[in-house]
Amino acid sequence: MKANVAAKRDPHEEAGAYPAPAAHAELKGVSRIYGVPGHGGVHALGPVDLTLRQGEFFSVVGPSGCGKSTLLDVLSGLSVPTEGAVTFEGKPVAGKVPDGVGVVFQEDATFPWLTVWDNIAFGLRRAGVDPAEIERRVNYAVGFVGLKDFAKAYPVQLSGGMRQRVCIARTLVMRPRLILLDEPFGALDAQTRLIMGDELLKLWRETGATVMLITHALDEAAMLSDRIGVMSSRPGRIIEEIETGWPRERDSRIASEDGFGQITARLWRLLREESLKAAGLAGGGS
Amino acid sequence: MHRKTDTLLVIVALVALWQVLHWIVGSVALTSPADTLARAVELLGSATFWPHVAETGVALLYSLLLAVFGGLTIGIALGINRLAGEVAEPILVSLYSLPKITLYPVILLAFGLGLSAKVAFGTIHGIIPVIIFTMNAVRTIPPVMLRSARVMRLSPPQLVSTIILPAALPELVSGLRVGFSLTLLGVLIGEMFASQRGLGYLVMNAIGGHDVRTMMAVVLILATTAVLISAGLLHIDRRMHRRAS
Repeated sequence: MKANVAAKRDPHEEAGAYPAPAAHAELKGVSRIYGVPGHGGVHALGPVDLTLRQGEFFSVVGPSGCGKSTLLDVLSGLSVPTEGAVTFEGKPVAGKVPDGVGVVFQEDATFPWLTVWDNIAFGLRRAGVDPAEIERRVNYAVGFVGLKDFAKAYPVQLSGGMRQRVCIARTLVMRPRLILLDEPFGALDAQTRLIMGDELLKLWRETGATVMLITHALDEAAMLSDRIGVMSSRPGRIIEEIETGWPRERDSRIASEDGFGQITARLWRLLREESLKAAGLAGGGS
Repeated sequence: MHRKTDTLLVIVALVALWQVLHWIVGSVALTSPADTLARAVELLGSATFWPHVAETGVALLYSLLLAVFGGLTIGIALGINRLAGEVAEPILVSLYSLPKITLYPVILLAFGLGLSAKVAFGTIHGIIPVIIFTMNAVRTIPPVMLRSARVMRLSPPQLVSTIILPAALPELVSGLRVGFSLTLLGVLIGEMFASQRGLGYLVMNAIGGHDVRTMMAVVLILATTAVLISAGLLHIDRRMHRRAS
């Protein structure tokens, strides 16, 4: 399955950088405890050790409430870990989102008072990017997410899937080197999710960015990822990392490969017990 | 179109009610609509009337500036800072329901007779609703928008001007509408006591001289102006809320 279909089109492989991926972001012994430890505080996460390799597509799956979103918060710098260290491109991440990190949230984060075009241009304008460059990047991004005909529309006129695409485009134009997505397709129907997954793969390939996707959908993780981290129930730890071995050039049709069913089944085997624990049903299975 | 006929019906009903009341109590207590309108036109055409309008207008303008900008600033600060907001809210609500006329002697002593006392009195009426509305508007901004702002590394001034203000704008306009009516009320009450100029003074002076025609005419002019401005703000308010939902 590890065919080199993409070798000619992929800048990473041409440069020979891809086979020996470097650490792009790292978590070392990271824990997050809400409230006062030992005094009714909630131990939400960790300790977690995780290395995201340069340019990989990494997914995180885990039972609900296991701290997946906390993991993303800590990695992005939106929240500070109680213990441990987070680094991005070799520099420590401390309570501030570093330059080069983009985040797409589960909730609709479009700004209702701006048109689609202005929503996408928002971050570039605040960053003081040259207007001609903004024009170029936004026009490209609007086309990339298929919203050219809706550039002048307001979010209220769009469907949930289209709004999420606006958010993805808004992240894309900032040219992040690490893209974190927190269940971005969670609120969408199954078909739309498949299509959005393909778009995400295309984006990942074209930008060469490192992607970390948090999802509760095992098939989504199995389909999109190079590597999948499986989390335990709370406090969430990474109990297993699975390599899928998919070629870089891939899309949702990979679901018909033999390996896909095996990966999904393996994910579920790992997660079943944890999900029962999270649901308060531990020991109920045989 | 439907709304316009409704408005017209309300106006006709109010004028009719006024006429009936006039018939019951007589001109000694309430002049007729036609008579009042005639006196109002007369006032609007007289040179001695306009300095009073200017006096009230200036006091209202200063009060509004203070109430709106002060209210927005304090409201945004309290909205962003959860703890401060929760501490301040019950205090603000009690201040809001406090009959502020009881504070007027204190204000007169502090600010003296004249413009500054009126402005202070107008401001304390208007600023509290603006604070409360702004604070609640900022609090109800979806957290994901603030998180997006952090991901885009906005500076605090950028956060306020490009996310908080536009996101809270529909609610802010509602606050400004209430703030406007109360500020006008405060300024007029301020002019009714210990004042020699302004529309509030004109009303009190007419009452003192038992000039019911003039009193009613000034009240008519004031009420019409206030209703028109308020309707304008309500129109903007409704449009904002429609776009946001």
